[in-house]
Amino acid sequence: MPLLAATGIERSFGSARVLRGVDIAVEPGTLQLILGPNGAGKTTLLRILAGLTRPSAGRVVLDGSSLRESPALRGRIGFLSHQSLLYDDLTPLENLEFAARLYEIAAPREAARKAIESVGLTDRMNDPVRRLSRGMVQRVAIARALIHEPSVLLLDEPFTGLDPRAAARLVELLSARLATHCGVVLVTHSPADAWSIASRVGLLVRGKWVIDEARPADLQAFMSRASGAFGD
Amino acid sequence: MTEHQQSRAMDRIKAAATVRRGLITTAIGLVGLAATIVLVQLYTPTEARQGLAQKIFYLHAPTAWSTLLAFSLCGLAGGLYLWLRDPRLDVFAESSAEVGLVFAAMMLSTGPLWGKPIWGTFWQWEPRLTLTLLEVFLFIGYRALRGAIVDPSERARYSAIVGLLGLALVPFVHLSVYLFRTIHPQPIVLKPSAPSLPWEMLRTLFFSLAVFTVLYLGFVTARYGLGLLRQSRSTEHAD
Amino acid sequence: MIDLLRHGLAIAAKDLRVELRSRTALVTAIAFAALVLVIFNFARDPAGARTIDLAPSILWVTITFASMLTFNRAFALEKENAALDGILLSPMPRGALFLGKYLANLAFVATVTAITLPLFVLFFNVSLGGALPGLLAVAVLAIAGFVAVGTVFSAMAVRTRFAELMLPVLLLPFLVPPIMAAVQVTSRLLAGRPLLEQAAWLKILGVYDVVFLTLSAMIFPALVDE
Repeated sequence: MPLLAATGIERSFGSARVLRGVDIAVEPGTLQLILGPNGAGKTTLLRILAGLTRPSAGRVVLDGSSLRESPALRGRIGFLSHQSLLYDDLTPLENLEFAARLYEIAAPREAARKAIESVGLTDRMNDPVRRLSRGMVQRVAIARALIHEPSVLLLDEPFTGLDPRAAARLVELLSARLATHCGVVLVTHSPADAWSIASRVGLLVRGKWVIDEARPADLQAFMSRASGAFGD
Repeated sequence: MTEHQQSRAMDRIKAAATVRRGLITTAIGLVGLAATIVLVQLYTPTEARQGLAQKIFYLHAPTAWSTLLAFSLCGLAGGLYLWLRDPRLDVFAESSAEVGLVFAAMMLSTGPLWGKPIWGTFWQWEPRLTLTLLEVFLFIGYRALRGAIVDPSERARYSAIVGLLGLALVPFVHLSVYLFRTIHPQPIVLKPSAPSLPWEMLRTLFFSLAVFTVLYLGFVTARYGLGLLRQSRSTEHAD
Repeated sequence: MIDLLRHGLAIAAKDLRVELRSRTALVTAIAFAALVLVIFNFARDPAGARTIDLAPSILWVTITFASMLTFNRAFALEKENAALDGILLSPMPRGALFLGKYLANLAFVATVTAITLPLFVLFFNVSLGGALPGLLAVAVLAIAGFVAVGTVFSAMAVRTRFAELMLPVLLLPFLVPPIMAAVQVTSRLLAGRPLLEQAAWLKILGVYDVVFLTLSAMIFPALVDE
C-alpha cells in the first residue's frame, strides 16, 4: 500500500511540456532515487508530489484522497527544496518554531530546539540565518523538513553544499526514517551519496521515465547505462 | 494525422469561424451605426437648450454603456475562470478588456467634444466620465499585469482577480462621485438625460444603445476568435 | 474560526519580528510621509488657497502613498529563499495566510498613520479641537478596505519584475472611493461638524470595507495556490 501514488502526471508551462505522463509510487520504508539531466522535470515532479504545483493532468493520491481535497494530509509530507524556505533575519530557533506552529505541533519551541539538536546546530541556534554558512543553512532546512515527522519525504538535491561528515549524518538520518516506515524520494545529481540505502532508481529524461527499476547493486554499471540515455 | 493533430485542426477551424462571425456582426453593427447617424440627423428633434451639439450625446452615451458592458463581462469571465479553469474564459476576458479599452477611448474623446459647447469645459467630474476614466486605468493595469507574467495559467488567474475586484469597484466609484456632486453642486447641472427625454429622443437613444451592443459583440467575438487562434498556435509548438 | 485567527496571528507575529530585525519598510514609509508633508508645505502658495481647504487631501494622499510603500514588503520577504513555499506546504488554511499578512499590513499602516497625523497637525498648524476621535474613526474605516486590496495586489505584484511600479498602477483606482470619503469627512470634522453628520460617507466606507475584505479573503487562495 503506497504512502503516496501519482498517476499520469503531465505538466506544461505555456508551450513547454515538462512532464509527459509520469507515474510514481512511494512505498513505506523505501528510498527512490530520481536522476536526470537538467530540465528533465525532476524538480517539477517533486513539487507536484508536494502539492505546490498543480499538474496539467493526472492525480496525486495519499490515503485515498488528494491534497487539494484534504489539506490536512499536507502534514504527512516533508519537502526539502533547492531553496532553504527560511527567513534570513530570523534565527534557526525562530524559523523552526514558526514551522512547528504551521504544522500545529504542541510545544513548538521545544520541538524546534530538539530539531536543531538533531542536526547538530545547537551552538548556532540563536544566530540569524544570514550569518550561517551554506552547509549549516542546509542542515537547518533539513531540520525544518523533518520537524513534523512526515511519513513521506521529498528531497531535492539535499547533498548539495554538505561536507562529507554532514552528508554521512544525513544518510544516517534518512536510514532512521526509513526504519520507521517513511517513504523517501530523493532527486540528486550524485547518486553515490545515497546509493546504499536506495531501493529504487529512476532516470527522468525530457519528462518521461527512461529507466525505472529496482536499484541495481553495481553503481558504475548503472551509470554507464544511464549516460547512454542521458545523451538523447 | 494523429488524433491530437486532428483535434487541433478542428480547434483552428472553429476559431477561424468565430473570427468570421465576429467580423460579420461588426459589419452589421457598422451599418447600424450609419443608420443611427441618419436617425440622429434627420429623425430626431434638436434639443432646445443645448442645440445641435447635444446630438453627439446619442453616440457618446452608448460608448459608456459598451465600456461598462465590456468591463463587466471581463470581470465575470474572470470569475468563471477561477471556478471552472477553462482557458477559453481567459481568452474571452482578455478580448473583452481590449474591446472595452477601445470603447472607453471613444467615450473619453467624444465627451469633451460635447462638453466644450455644452458645459463650457472639456471635462467634468461626473459619475459616468469618472467611472470610465477609472475603467481605463484598470484596463491599463490589467494589461500591464498580463504583460508581466509569463506562465499562462498564472497570468489567467491573476488577471481574473484584477477583473473581479475591478468590477466590484464600479458601484463604489459611481456612488462616491454621485454623493460628492450632491454635496458640491456644480454650476452647470447635468440633466439625467434618459428619463426626461421625449419619445423621439428616447427611441434614437435605445436604437443607438442596441447598435453599440451589437458592435461590442462583433468586436469581442472577432477578437476572441483571434485569441483562440493565437492560443492554439502556441500550444502547437509544444507538441 | 479560532484556529484561523491563531494561525493568522502566528504569521503576523513572524512578519513583525522580521520587520523589527531589518527595519526597512516601516522606516522608509515614515520618512517618506514626513518628507511629503514637508514638500507640500513648500509647494503651496501662502497667498493662495487656504491651507485648511487642502489639508485633508494632503493628509490622506500622504498616508495612502506611504502605506503603499509597506505593502510589497509582505510578500517580498516570502520571496527570498522561497519561504512562501514553506507556508503553502503546511496544512495551514490559505485564509489564515491572508489574515496574517493583512493584520501585519494593518499594523504598519496604523503606525504610519499614527506618526503622520501628529506631524500633519504640527506642520500645517491645524487645530484639532474635538475632532480627534472622529478622525481616528475615519482613519480606521478608510484603511481597512484598501489594505485588503493592497494585500492581494502586492502578492501578485511581487511576482513581476517591476513590483514597485505594478502595485500602484493596480491599486490606485481602488483608492478613489476611500480617499474621497476620508477627505470629505476629515474636512467637515476639522470644521467642527459632528462625525455622525457624515453618515452617508461613513456608510460608503463601511460597505466598501466589508465588500473588499470579504472578496480579498475569498480570492486569495486562488492567488497563492496554482
